[in-house]
Amino acid sequence: MGLVLLVVIWLITLISTYYFAIDKWAMLPLASAHGVAMDSWFHVTYIVVGVVFLAAQIGLGWVVWKSRDRGDGRPVSYSHGNTKMEVVWTALTAVIFIGLNLAGERIWAESRFQGAAPSAIKVEVTGLQFAWYFRYPGNDGRFARTKPELEDASVGNAVGIDDEDPAAKDDFVTGTLVLPVDRETELTLRSQDVIHSLFIPAMRFKQDAVPGLMIKMHFKPTQVGEYEIACAELCGLGHYKMHGMLKVVSQPDYERWLAQKEADKLASE
Amino acid sequence: MDAPSQAAAGAHAAHAHAAPTGFIRKYVFSLDHKVIGIQYYFLALLSVLVGMGLSLLMRIHLVWPQANIPWLGHIAPETYLTLLTMHGTFMVFFVLTLAPQGGFGNYFLPIQIGAADMAFPVLNMLSFWTTFVAFCVMLAAFFVEGGAPLHGWTGYAPLSALQSSGPGEGLGADLWIISIALFCAASLMGALNFITTTLDLRAKGMTLMRMPLTVWTWFVTAMLGLLAFGVLLAAGILLLLDRNVGTSFFVPSGLVLSGNLVKHKGGSPLLWQHLFWFFGHPEVYIAILPGMGVASQLLSTFSRKPIFGYRAMVYAVLAIGILGFLVWGHHMFISGMSPYSGFAFSILTMAIGVPSAIKTFNWLGTMWGGRIRFTTPMLFAIGFVSLFVSGGLSGPFLAQPQLDIQLHDTYFVVAHFHLIMGVAAIFGIFAATYYWFPKMFGRMMNETLGKAHFFFSFVGTYAIFMPMHYLGMAGHPRRYSQLTELGYLHNLMPLQKFISIVAFITIAAQFIFLFNLLWSLFKGKKAGMNPWQATTLEWTVPSPPPHDNFGGVVPVVNHGPYEYGVPGAASDFVMQTDPAGAAGAH
Repeated sequence: MGLVLLVVIWLITLISTYYFAIDKWAMLPLASAHGVAMDSWFHVTYIVVGVVFLAAQIGLGWVVWKSRDRGDGRPVSYSHGNTKMEVVWTALTAVIFIGLNLAGERIWAESRFQGAAPSAIKVEVTGLQFAWYFRYPGNDGRFARTKPELEDASVGNAVGIDDEDPAAKDDFVTGTLVLPVDRETELTLRSQDVIHSLFIPAMRFKQDAVPGLMIKMHFKPTQVGEYEIACAELCGLGHYKMHGMLKVVSQPDYERWLAQKEADKLASE
Repeated sequence: MDAPSQAAAGAHAAHAHAAPTGFIRKYVFSLDHKVIGIQYYFLALLSVLVGMGLSLLMRIHLVWPQANIPWLGHIAPETYLTLLTMHGTFMVFFVLTLAPQGGFGNYFLPIQIGAADMAFPVLNMLSFWTTFVAFCVMLAAFFVEGGAPLHGWTGYAPLSALQSSGPGEGLGADLWIISIALFCAASLMGALNFITTTLDLRAKGMTLMRMPLTVWTWFVTAMLGLLAFGVLLAAGILLLLDRNVGTSFFVPSGLVLSGNLVKHKGGSPLLWQHLFWFFGHPEVYIAILPGMGVASQLLSTFSRKPIFGYRAMVYAVLAIGILGFLVWGHHMFISGMSPYSGFAFSILTMAIGVPSAIKTFNWLGTMWGGRIRFTTPMLFAIGFVSLFVSGGLSGPFLAQPQLDIQLHDTYFVVAHFHLIMGVAAIFGIFAATYYWFPKMFGRMMNETLGKAHFFFSFVGTYAIFMPMHYLGMAGHPRRYSQLTELGYLHNLMPLQKFISIVAFITIAAQFIFLFNLLWSLFKGKKAGMNPWQATTLEWTVPSPPPHDNFGGVVPVVNHGPYEYGVPGAASDFVMQTDPAGAAGAH
């Protein structure tokens, strides 16, 4: 039975590790600046944890087989422990786990402790059951104030822009997030109803949109392309279909798109 | 006489309630901790069948969304959310909290410390029956208009705080909250009882450092329960007020729901998360600590060796208990909470890895150089260690906020907590069942069926939950009822299908256990007083034990709990009650 257990534990461990290692169901290819450090730290953690996982499970299989009752009546090693060993492995795990953590925290600090550069593109993201809306401030760089009582998607004002605010003239709202490549973007996340979470896997970006809060986040896309946006926080029956698109375009394309949107907006006034 | 034994002697006099004779007082409204323990156990068994049935439906719906299920028909997306909400709720509260603590803790804590009963038998009975009412109220949520809630077992506000936020968020959600509030009240009663009993009713010689590690884990779990359930109870009442009276603890102003302006103002959705996780994280340890105690007890017993580093094990349990209260914010790294607190919560979370590693090393050290008897309970204890390691090691990913950004709310988290607080804890329950069944019912469970059950469950668990890590790393969000909408999820469907098929097999294999349990109740081989040749006090009394556990004789404890293989001793184990001075034993 000891041998069976050893084989089962080792097989489970090796097969699991194999599939982790070949990375068959990989993360979506990275397309943001801050994600480089995240991904490389992911791999560091992967290797450290992988080694511990292999050592622990292979060791477990080996110990149960090696220590099986062989029916030879030999005495067990009567021992209540070994203080020296306990001190060593306690210190070792403390160094590995807490050290790993401290070494990696700067990545979190770099993306979260500082705000966006003043030159960052500003977009406001609004989540509501079950859609994402993206508001651009237009040429004046200011978002007009919003009022909840004005929120009405059927009249084309899903985010509740107050037209009496002069800054509203050039604000426009889209269903697709369009951003220029290699420019920092500052998103301001809000929600109208329940908690949603803006998840852009290729950007290594996830942040809850919490009703009552305006949460500012920033990131820089580095690859032109189209990326799916999901909702990552359970928000009701349509949670699974609350998705959007991020289109990252070249700077000239972005300017053309922006100008077109501004023109459309003014024409509709 | 020293203080504990004086207290014990007094308590024995106080608790010598006579054995009841009528059916109702004996089996229904019983004051006997053993009957109450069995009641808790069977309530948990009933709940696990409900929870498992719900997960079966979820797995069917995920990969065959159009399937027509007998009785239920086609499962709608919102019904899927109801299934996952109730699956999580039943499993976390009515299985993982009840069976290890309410079931085995109730039955064996008093016996293992040499007491005739719990300190407060009436409170004990009240605690069970309140839990039973909570169970009925929770079940009732399925049958009211709108059905059971869909807000997940974490019940994040405002989704859970507003009646119009979705189907099931009407009366169903109210019943859900009421049930949990009742459950909290019952758990508080239980916790008080466990703590008092452990502190006051220990037999002469049962010093704290001679208590079996199972008793230590039940004791620490009770302290966690006392501090955590009170907070959840308060949070639940506030949520109920927000929903029905118009208060705004968790609902901010200016919300618009289905085109209607919500009247609440001034509340904070994050307040709910702080309160919930202040309970929710210790709850993880409430589920798993008793399993650690059982694993320690069994690894020592069946390796025929003392536990390696008893004191270190006790301190590790205490450290896990204390740290468990300081890490709740790691559930909230991307919630909008200050990134500086994320930093602090992260370090504290990683620190839990240290006592957890101590436990693992000591379990290996316990087996090392032993003579392992591969009984079914031992297999489940070894399985517990393996799952605890695997589930624990995904922790360092999630505990680092810079990695959690990507993994939060994906299947990676589902894999993590199912392995460690779900299945590892369940393996602890299985191990305890196979181990103590002979004591509780006087008969052995079938070993062949037990071993088959172990291998199906062990391999099945890994085959279900390892692939969920891959799903999570690929960015698969959890709580998605269909994979049809996000393009990048389409590639993951074969993996989801694989998981579903293995889940069906693993669920089917649980009926081996159920059959073994019920069959052995009536037909199992008769068990003697001490079939495993174990050393703790429950093995010094008949199986099942008499009404007052020790037949009026107060046991005297002379040894530590795990004296196996003592050199020079007459047999390879020294009972805790054996005369002092048995060769070399502690």
